[in-house]
Amino acid sequence: MEESTRREFLALAGGAAALAVTVRPTEATPATLAAAIRNVVGNDPVKTGKVKLDIPPLVENGNTVPMTVSVASPMASEDHVKSIHVFNEKNPQPNIGNFYLSPQAGRAQISTRIRLADSQKVVAIAKLSDGTFWSASVDVVVTLAACTEEVI
Amino acid sequence: MPSALINVPAKAKRGDVIEIKTLTSHIMETGYRHTATGEVVPRDIITNFACRFNGKEIFRADLFPAIAANPFFSFFTTVTESGKFEFEWIGDQGFSETASASITVE
Repeated sequence: MEESTRREFLALAGGAAALAVTVRPTEATPATLAAAIRNVVGNDPVKTGKVKLDIPPLVENGNTVPMTVSVASPMASEDHVKSIHVFNEKNPQPNIGNFYLSPQAGRAQISTRIRLADSQKVVAIAKLSDGTFWSASVDVVVTLAACTEEVI
Repeated sequence: MPSALINVPAKAKRGDVIEIKTLTSHIMETGYRHTATGEVVPRDIITNFACRFNGKEIFRADLFPAIAANPFFSFFTTVTESGKFEFEWIGDQGFSETASASITVE
């Protein structure tokens, strides 16, 4: 009798572990990150530079990560930043946010707070008024993940 | 109950670049979480934010579940005349919120 309850318990525990694995949501992979970036830039080349991505390299709580993106630009009507797009590698979705600026912004800088589900790479891409794309990326280490934890 | 906090300077000199900060109260439920019984918690996020000055759009953002709860934004604008900033948040499940702030430019 005792033996059978132990066996049942083990079977249950094993089942629960298997379930925990299967309900884990799919992650954005480097491939979906690349696809999300292609959606924005098309086939144009993305150069590294001009963009500065400020994000703490070591994050304790992935639920609120302060992030600032700034772009070296005079923000004049003939030369300004049109939009800033931020992507991640391992959240369930590759997009974080799209920000559209106007030439009157004066300074090409935006700040917000984001969620990171895992230690991963964050990429910011800026589209300039001349149609070129510039990017910056930062690797972030996250100790407490966001997005996918259970609701109790 | 107002659920948005706006920070805009009350006064500025003509041609100044000012910082605008906004904070909205919103859960930003990702749609990727499960209850203890395994059901998916439906997505409930703010999807769009826009700021207009005297009717002209100066800043716009598309939000995804990766934006933290209670979305915070900071951005800049050059002021050339007195006027009114209007802020608008639109989201899932019919969420809509507006706020405004005035500035005097000398």
